[in-house]
Amino acid sequence: MNHKRTKDQHSDKNYYFGQDVYVPASNGYIALSLAIALILNFLPLQGDLLIFRPDFVAMTIIYWGISYPHKMGMSIAFSMGLMMDVGNTSLLGQHALAYCVMIYLTLIFGRRLRLFGLMKQAPQIALILLMMQITLVLIAVSSGSHLPGWSYFFATATGTLLWAPISVLLSTPLKQKPDPNAL
Amino acid sequence: MKTAPQFFRHGPGPFTRLFVFALLSCLLIAEDVRFKYFPELRQTIGVVIFPFQKVAYIPANIYDQVDKFIANLYLLEENTRLREQYLENQAQLLRMHSLEAENIQLRELLGAVREIETQTKTKAVLAEILYTPRDPFNHKITLNKGSQHHIQLGQAVIDDKGIVGQITQLYPWSSEVTLLTDKDHSVPVQVARNSLRSVISGTGKNNELELRYLSVNTDIQLGDLLVTSGIGGVYPVGIPVAIVQRIERDPVDDFAQIIGTPIGGVDRNRQVLVLSLVDSMPHDPIEMPEIESQKN
Repeated sequence: MNHKRTKDQHSDKNYYFGQDVYVPASNGYIALSLAIALILNFLPLQGDLLIFRPDFVAMTIIYWGISYPHKMGMSIAFSMGLMMDVGNTSLLGQHALAYCVMIYLTLIFGRRLRLFGLMKQAPQIALILLMMQITLVLIAVSSGSHLPGWSYFFATATGTLLWAPISVLLSTPLKQKPDPNAL
Repeated sequence: MKTAPQFFRHGPGPFTRLFVFALLSCLLIAEDVRFKYFPELRQTIGVVIFPFQKVAYIPANIYDQVDKFIANLYLLEENTRLREQYLENQAQLLRMHSLEAENIQLRELLGAVREIETQTKTKAVLAEILYTPRDPFNHKITLNKGSQHHIQLGQAVIDDKGIVGQITQLYPWSSEVTLLTDKDHSVPVQVARNSLRSVISGTGKNNELELRYLSVNTDIQLGDLLVTSGIGGVYPVGIPVAIVQRIERDPVDDFAQIIGTPIGGVDRNRQVLVLSLVDSMPHDPIEMPEIESQKN
């Protein structure tokens, strides 16, 4: 959760006192955030808005995969993928496989990603999102679809831009209020 | 690993888990593409996600309410306009009734079956588009009416201008429509000008349909209207499907390349009509393999 940790800050003694304190996310909160992401993905949009809409479910899964790798397992990503498949009317298993690849990359690089600030995380998240979309394209093409245009990958671009706001949004309710009566 | 205490055990590693889930996904994909043994699985998940879809639709509902309120201010104008339109349509309808009666009479004279009566009296259910996926790979939409509203597999979906698609997947409170432009979708059509019969197929691209296997010297022109021919029994006769937009007659190829644009608002409308199935639908598993396999 320590997004702003850098090398020079480590030497600062006040660093640990100046940090925001976060309470650990409960399972209910994680489930709620996933449900909201699913609703955002199901919004009835049309046209350009639809092209630019990032995959909120994927980003929420990545966020929890980085913050709580022991809670966001592959089975949750898989079942979220199945829900996206049915909602998205795509092949059953297409998003499921893509999300599994995505959470695999997140679990592997998660510890490294936690060292960076939100702004430095974003380009690396872009790579993970891109791998997820490429998996989707590969499955679709192998089942006989056309290659989509480049505009298909706009979702990764908007996802990258929205990574910092979404991370802040997800972590804000977990921030502990400073207790004035404490030492 | 054996010496590691219980505390450090976390089950199989990430790659093993990825392998297992990837295998499971591939099995599901293969099942979905080829075999379709468990349509219940998709339906169960469909019921689970239905509340989410419903909640996601609330903003659109609010927009509709506001839109309706604003439209109320222009009610009188709209009323007069609709009345004019109604009279116009009524005149056409009267002419159609007499034509139909005449047609039945002539057919009886010829000893033909009275098929036209069953084909024109189709009932319709109004449905709203619940969700359009971003997926560029499949052209499908989700409607807000399902098997609980007596929607059936294979019903044709139209809007005020022409054919939009066909119901291909049924959930209790929603249903999936495969649009005309989907790569796996075909409609039997005829050219309105000279009733040349053919089959028009989606290309998987937006607003593009393809007439395949028509020879280079076929009598077809730019701007020709293609309407449903009623052959195959899924679509009623005479509903507009597409307008021919591009013809490439290259003598090197055996077939002309004919591209049309759909007339119905395949990617525009919010409300659509679901037509009831034509009664005299032939029960031929070869003609509708996908629908048959889903029914079983």
